[in-house]
Amino acid sequence: MFSTCTDPSSLHGLSWMLCYLTTGKHMMFYGSFGVVLILLAVTAPAALIFGFGGALAARSHIAPLKLFGRGYISMVRGVPDIVFFLFVPIAMDQGLEYLRNRVKCPDWNQPVWAGNEFHVCAAAKLPLNTAPQIYHEIYGFALAVVAFSIVYGAFAANVLYGAMQAVPRAQLETAEAYGMTRAQVNRRVLIPQMWAYAIPGLSNLWMILIKATPLLFLLGIEDIVYWARELGATKSQIYAYPHGDWRLYYFLALLIFYLVMTKLSELVLDRINRRLAFGQATAAGEALRKAGA
Amino acid sequence: MKKLILTAAILGLSAGVAAAETVRMGTEGAYPPYNYIDDNGQVAGFERELGDKLCEMEKLDCTWVTNDWDSIIPNLLSGNYDTIMAGMSITEEREKSIDFTQAYYPPAASSYMAMDPGVDLKGGVVAAQTGTIQAAHVAETGATLAEYATLDDTIAAVKNGEADAVFADKDALKPFAGTDGMQFVGEDVQLGKGIGIGLRKSDTALKDKFNDGISKLKADGSLNEMLKKYFGDDALTFN
Amino acid sequence: MSCIQTIADYGLRSIGIGERLLPRSDFTMCQQFTLIGSGMIWNIYFGVLALLAGFFLATGLALAKNVESRLIRKPAEWFIFVFRGSPLFIQFFLAYEALALLPRAGFPVLGITIETNWMTRAWAGALFVLFLNTSAYAAEIFYGALRSVPKGDLEAADAYGLSGWKKFRRVTWPTMLRLAWPSYTNEAIFLFHATTLVFFSGFPAFRQEGDALYYAKYFADKTFNPFIPYPIAAFFFVLLTLSVIALFGVINRRLNRHLPQEQRRRIRFRPQILR
Repeated sequence: MFSTCTDPSSLHGLSWMLCYLTTGKHMMFYGSFGVVLILLAVTAPAALIFGFGGALAARSHIAPLKLFGRGYISMVRGVPDIVFFLFVPIAMDQGLEYLRNRVKCPDWNQPVWAGNEFHVCAAAKLPLNTAPQIYHEIYGFALAVVAFSIVYGAFAANVLYGAMQAVPRAQLETAEAYGMTRAQVNRRVLIPQMWAYAIPGLSNLWMILIKATPLLFLLGIEDIVYWARELGATKSQIYAYPHGDWRLYYFLALLIFYLVMTKLSELVLDRINRRLAFGQATAAGEALRKAGA
Repeated sequence: MKKLILTAAILGLSAGVAAAETVRMGTEGAYPPYNYIDDNGQVAGFERELGDKLCEMEKLDCTWVTNDWDSIIPNLLSGNYDTIMAGMSITEEREKSIDFTQAYYPPAASSYMAMDPGVDLKGGVVAAQTGTIQAAHVAETGATLAEYATLDDTIAAVKNGEADAVFADKDALKPFAGTDGMQFVGEDVQLGKGIGIGLRKSDTALKDKFNDGISKLKADGSLNEMLKKYFGDDALTFN
Repeated sequence: MSCIQTIADYGLRSIGIGERLLPRSDFTMCQQFTLIGSGMIWNIYFGVLALLAGFFLATGLALAKNVESRLIRKPAEWFIFVFRGSPLFIQFFLAYEALALLPRAGFPVLGITIETNWMTRAWAGALFVLFLNTSAYAAEIFYGALRSVPKGDLEAADAYGLSGWKKFRRVTWPTMLRLAWPSYTNEAIFLFHATTLVFFSGFPAFRQEGDALYYAKYFADKTFNPFIPYPIAAFFFVLLTLSVIALFGVINRRLNRHLPQEQRRRIRFRPQILR
């Protein structure tokens, strides 16, 4: 990066450190913080959509749909999320490639699962083998986002389901008395009113999601944990910047990153909570009313 | 699972060879001097140079990707890359699931390294990297096997006293000899049949190409030169 | 080899009893079920001990966070913030590194050397981290419950002439527990789930003795087929979760036994706490 960095072995002290911290590898490390933020930005709304679907399904009057919704919600209750992360992406990857194989290579006559190999025609590969590396990265990241969304969508479904149940019956009955249909009640009363009850739970979910991001490395994404381990590992003389085992310092940096993220989120979420509680028939709303009076 | 993701350079083949076959080369990137990530974030090391050379000779368009050691074989089998060049020894157990080319590195010695020369290698705690032939070997000796995810972790475990010794590939251990009193102890052990390129059993055409390339490099002596360049003048060579 | 024989060989493998070498080829369903089930011993060990010890520290932290004095309140707040604000994964790593820095020779105390080696072992080190972690989460739950103890209850206690320890023991604490119990149940469930991280990051497995996920991963790596071992691990965790819910449900009924029937709150699952 700097012209003085061309010969690292001649550097000492601060200038060595400055050059060390601006190597290409470190730039990738800094970039991986962006990957984490993008994951959060994409997963949060996606999980919310999954959650919405799940909650509505669980409240449905159609038995199979209800069963599906309930099953989806209780899934997160029973099984650790890591177990899902270890096999949902593989299942999705192979499932997609299997379907593409059926469409693109109808005359493919070899077995797809032969022994321990997973075997589809070259045209069915996702992404194509010839595709530039960046597409492989994006595809891997997309699988990770879907896996995160499915798992945390179940959490969101649970929160939203609880919030929908918490909307006072009287409000819904009033709407029914006005002659609204079930769909109208849902759209005009239940869903707008639900948010005040859902926000505390969703705030928690956001915190959970932040703290789940180190699991990205389980999905093979080069996230901050991957780079912290790689950069911190002992570097022998074949590297331009040899050093001992520095993983402790890199992980301390990650710890600080997460604490700052948590603190910032707390500040923002507190504000949202306060705004949404305003005018609601809840304890928090009552407290706001009293404070204003 | 599309494991990994290192921006790796595509071999600079001339534009004329547009129909070159694309081969994705899987490696670990944490096993110097075989393979490691250099300071620019690129795959480097003995295997990178050898692999690039082979690809050039066989007119293949090669991309390097890294993958955790743990899942390096499953991800080859599910087709996320086409070869494994990661210091992987040819063993009978692995040959059940994947194929190997002929060895590009002679059967190498595995060694114990410890801080105390009098350490009990048969009854003490021996650290090894999970899923390696060395780990399997330790499990069979009387020693207590302690498994770690990376080579670095195993070294750290010996230094902080958690394990009495580490058992790993001798060349990978060499850079650590002399640091903090680490030294080779006990007899070297011969494990495996050398290091080869791992491929899916169904990829016979690709296997033939790499075998052909390795034979040529062995014949003209350039493989031996490369071995000396990375592993020192007393490196094991082919004759 | 019959399945009974497999169970005899590997049923207690995770704590070092039975066959020394793990199965290496020709894996049967029976072997996978037995070994993964055997690994559950560790998940239960970590979960139960961390919860039991954490319960007391959490109560103390919740009380500390609730007092006026900054000197007592601030440390409790910081402790809770650090452990709730960072991923368990990173806590494990840092704790492992820190424990590994302890002098290897041990501390000389009064002529006796206290060994420190065992601290980096999962059974001690990981348990310690899980204990601190669950204490922080439970403390926040207890603190919330403490703040919602009805004023009337406390005034009634005053009217009866109760004060200090007696008031706490007989009025504040039971009410706090009753209010916190549904959330605390969820914390317990998630703590058991979090135990799967122990051998996954930081803490090494000795003699191939690990938890359920360690063995599930072992089989997935060996058979190259994740679709059998992970669902088996999931199955065991569903069983464990159902047992936790049943046990905590019994306690919940006892805590609420004085309330009119329809007021008794059933434990509802809310993922308020997870690491």
